[in-house]
Amino acid sequence: MIANRLLRALRDGLKSIVRNGWMSFASVNAVALSMLILGLFYLLVSNINHFTSTVEDQVEMKVYMELTAGEQETKQLEERLRNDPAVKEVQFIPKEKGLEQFTASLGERGQLLEGLKEENPLPDAFLVRTYEPQQIAPLAEQLKRLETVRNVNYGQEYVDKLLSFTDAVRWVGLILVALLAVTAVFLISNTIRITIFSRRQEIEIMKLVGATNWFVRGPFLVEGILLGVFGALIPALLLGIGYSVMVDKSQATLAMYSIELLPVYPLTLQLTGILLLFGACIGGGGSWISVSRFLRV
Amino acid sequence: MIDLFDVWKTYPNGSHALRGVNLSIKHGEFVYLVGPSGAGKSTLIKLMYREEKPTKGQIFFDGFNLSRIKEREIPKIRRKIGVVFQDFKLLHRLTVYENVSFALEVVDTPKSRIKKRVEQVLEQVQLLHKKERYPSELSGGEQQRVSLARALANKPSVIIADEPTGNLDPDTSWDIMQLFVEINRQGTTVVMATHNKEIVNTIRKRVVAVEDGRIVRDEQRGEYGYDR
Repeated sequence: MIANRLLRALRDGLKSIVRNGWMSFASVNAVALSMLILGLFYLLVSNINHFTSTVEDQVEMKVYMELTAGEQETKQLEERLRNDPAVKEVQFIPKEKGLEQFTASLGERGQLLEGLKEENPLPDAFLVRTYEPQQIAPLAEQLKRLETVRNVNYGQEYVDKLLSFTDAVRWVGLILVALLAVTAVFLISNTIRITIFSRRQEIEIMKLVGATNWFVRGPFLVEGILLGVFGALIPALLLGIGYSVMVDKSQATLAMYSIELLPVYPLTLQLTGILLLFGACIGGGGSWISVSRFLRV
Repeated sequence: MIDLFDVWKTYPNGSHALRGVNLSIKHGEFVYLVGPSGAGKSTLIKLMYREEKPTKGQIFFDGFNLSRIKEREIPKIRRKIGVVFQDFKLLHRLTVYENVSFALEVVDTPKSRIKKRVEQVLEQVQLLHKKERYPSELSGGEQQRVSLARALANKPSVIIADEPTGNLDPDTSWDIMQLFVEINRQGTTVVMATHNKEIVNTIRKRVVAVEDGRIVRDEQRGEYGYDR
């Protein structure tokens, strides 16, 4: 009995999509268009998010030891750093290596430092990375207070600015996607309402011959969900293909600016899933609400 | 089978469509509802198939109290009532056959029985040969016969008709009336609102006259009683 009803709702819903050809076309279009814009922003925001996280991950701090600090004290500090829950990575840079790096960074003029090898003026140092970039500043404060630490350097000004910028970018992206989602809901449910309004007589007659509310809703619900899914499938495909082509073509160019796009998988699969689910929900929900308004016969 | 006790209907705009109607229709009766336009005939009819609820008073149909019945029980009532309208209310995207089978599918009739029953009622209204046509390809009289077939499909105990001949020419109207008389003869109660003087005065049945929301006349084998 229940299987029978489901089957009927499915069959009638499909039939009605075909019979209302133009209306179905209009609904699918509305869904596809809104989803296309929404999906585009989703990809954009995901990538911006990815980019900002990469930049954030590059935030690191250098902890310089006092020149007077001995091996024992260096060990102690390393221990202290490794046991800190905020610390992700600690790298010891002995003064010899520090000088090498410094020399290398000067290029040809590095030769000038040649004479310093014997009497290295640089302190031992640690390169520290935290799990979250926001953890850098408080950790730096703590370390500065230690007697064996001479200086802590993490480009404070730069990091603070970077963090407030990436936060702002994330919020703007989130708000944009939310606004677009609301617009999509409105546009799609409006189209469905018009479609159903044009068939209110059908609903009225069904009710007059004794159909239950569920019987009337069933096919409309199926129809709405299917239109939503069809509508979402088109932009999902377009965006999926478009994105992988774009990643392919632009990889070399973007790498020069050390920008890395998110890989095609799983991003496009995620996007497809989100769009399909969203389409089905709006389609189904939209018809449910619209039909209910005409059920009071 | 249909009993109204002191039924009042006041619309939200304050107009009183019915003012204290008492009416009892027995099983197998044929009743004309007559009266000037706006007198309350349509409201009375809508109350009988529970499209409208009375503001005050009780309506009983086949033992159900229509004033108290729950929203989700309405379909149960509707399946015992066949309704026919002046404007036919056919679905233009469906064929004649589908318009009738629609009413049967709604009540979960098994497929095998649907075909048999649809052909039976289409035969009864003499339209079996046009079952694959669409309503737009039929004349007004034929369309009304389809809607009558749809009303009959579920073997209702009562047929309620709101000016079924209102949109038809005289000859066609007589054909339709013949069908109603035949249906009534087979035991189905018929309640019909009409403005057709000739029909009421020729096919003599019980006449209930409504004026200004009240029943002013109720006669067996009555007359139409108005000039038009």
